[in-house]
Amino acid sequence: MILRGHHKIIVYGGTGRQGSFWTERMLEYDTQVVASVNPRKSGTFHLGLPVLASASEFKDSFDVALMFVPPLSAKDAVIDACEAGSKLIICLAEHIPTHDVMEMIAVANSFGALIVGPNTAGLVTPGEAFAGIMPAFNQKIFNSGSIGVVSRSGSLGTLVCLNLTKHGLGQSSFIGIGGDPIVGLNTVESLKILDHDTRTNAVVICGEIGGSAEEDAADYASTMSKPVIAYIAGKSSPAHKKMGHAGAIMNEGKGDYWSKRISLEAAGVAVADLPSEIPILITAALRQD
Amino acid sequence: MNFEEWIAKPLLRKFGIPTLQGKILDSAQDVRIHFQGPSVIKAQIPTNSRGKLGGIKFASDVNEAVQEAEKIIGMKIGGHNVSRVLIEPQVLIEKELYAAVINDRKRRCPTVLFSSTGGINIENMAEDGSGHMYSCTVDILQGMTKLQATSLARNADLGNAEEMVSEILLSLYSAYRSLDAELLEINPLAITKSGEVIALDCKFVLDDSAIIRQPSLANVGGVEPETELEKEAASIGLQLIELGGQVGLLANGAGLTMSTMDAIVHFGGKAANFLEIGGNSYTKAESALEILLKLPSIKCLLINFCGAYARTDVMVKGVIEAWKKLNPNIPLFFSIHGTGDELAIALVRSELGVKPFEYMDDAVKAAVVATMNGQQ
Repeated sequence: MILRGHHKIIVYGGTGRQGSFWTERMLEYDTQVVASVNPRKSGTFHLGLPVLASASEFKDSFDVALMFVPPLSAKDAVIDACEAGSKLIICLAEHIPTHDVMEMIAVANSFGALIVGPNTAGLVTPGEAFAGIMPAFNQKIFNSGSIGVVSRSGSLGTLVCLNLTKHGLGQSSFIGIGGDPIVGLNTVESLKILDHDTRTNAVVICGEIGGSAEEDAADYASTMSKPVIAYIAGKSSPAHKKMGHAGAIMNEGKGDYWSKRISLEAAGVAVADLPSEIPILITAALRQD
Repeated sequence: MNFEEWIAKPLLRKFGIPTLQGKILDSAQDVRIHFQGPSVIKAQIPTNSRGKLGGIKFASDVNEAVQEAEKIIGMKIGGHNVSRVLIEPQVLIEKELYAAVINDRKRRCPTVLFSSTGGINIENMAEDGSGHMYSCTVDILQGMTKLQATSLARNADLGNAEEMVSEILLSLYSAYRSLDAELLEINPLAITKSGEVIALDCKFVLDDSAIIRQPSLANVGGVEPETELEKEAASIGLQLIELGGQVGLLANGAGLTMSTMDAIVHFGGKAANFLEIGGNSYTKAESALEILLKLPSIKCLLINFCGAYARTDVMVKGVIEAWKKLNPNIPLFFSIHGTGDELAIALVRSELGVKPFEYMDDAVKAAVVATMNGQQ
């Protein structure tokens, strides 16, 4: 699902330093944050919002849970959010043990909820709402428009949106899927969401080395009528090294740059050599359309 | 984090998986004391493919065993210096199998892998057609079921050993879960002539994100070979990878840093390093830069910030501190965008007298050109 202005958000850990900073930015952006969760401060108010011990106090009266909780607390927070009826759970923390991530995804599946992340910068629908740690409020970077962006990296996603905005190409939605080896919402599922979104005319996949997310996405992209453009980071990275993200590693010839690029190009997806080429390729593809 | 065989095998035994009782030795002369019959001598390093690279030898008498141990100790395999060997008795093998549990990135759950062809390079198996890999995905909330284990084992036509192998698959799954493994592999899992089932080797990769809750493993895991500067960076929680190029690079976020490395190569240069200060590390710019400036190969410094969570003004203040303290005699190029960029750009101009480039590509090009000055 794409984050909308009518979605009600509960922020886990919204009373901490970073949680407060970003909750304030979200409120300024007219995103509907309705409460924070912090069991040690429950019953109080923070930033004008009620602080809850558990999201179950707001059962079925919110849509999205945004997690500012530390890695080892994430699993319990996800279970709490699922039990309270959250449909979408955005998990920002890096370094959550992978077994916990798999459990979180299995729990969410059993409740019919969707996890975004972990290790994501969140979701932005420019001009409407954002949830996470992206500079949605910076108009040099984000502007509303018709380009959907799917990114494993927050920093590179920011650069890509900056380049699009500089060329007058606003965004319909930014989906940060996260840099971990195992994430909830993946690249293919993000493509499906943007494919069905009537406000999106073209899609940018901002990928990186490691895993097979881009190869899998290539298969789906070949079935789409909207143009898809890709950029993949890590062409010059050495093998067998985790490049910052736990998921960005090439091993035994798997997950390398050329495997991804060749799959995407075979599916008709133009691949940019530099982030600055993305707007040029998008413009050309939209003109052909 | 990878573990050497002699550390991983006792972990398997704790979960009821039989292994040989070997002896770990760091001197070839000790082999003479502990030799008890035909033996296998195995280099202990936390990496793959040691067999192919001469790290596993068979010896039928004590002199041969000492000679082989002398050759292996001190070898360099995959960047690791071999300082120890594991000596184990040879066993008569009837059949070799393969078993593993992995974190399955694509299916987002644990997957158990099993093959009736073990002891070979599993990565190449599909290509050379030498065996078939059976797999089953596990519901992590429920755990691996007895039925799943039996069904997997049945594929290998094991006769009397089927029950034992299926029990070992269940134990392997329990071990994988308890140890927070990213990969737990037995290759080969041997059925001996006398009908026992024994794990002859074990590869264990611990999920780095779970080290924090596996304190007993943290101290015995193998460390990747790293340089002095990489160690220094790791000691303050930063990941540095030396790349040997001439453009020193500091950026925030893994994706942006990889992308900038690629752009440097695109314009004809090479980065000296990977070093990123994204996420909660954005306050460490000063110490990051102090380490980076020690890289002997750098001829210029490129700073590329695109701040989301990471505030560019905070990062730039750290850069300015380090630059003023060390006053290096190399050119410096910036591209700065995102959270806090207006203040960050103003600080760079006033404190360092440098004007950041509006476009990342221009900053990268300028840095690459700077490394070419003075060269033919």
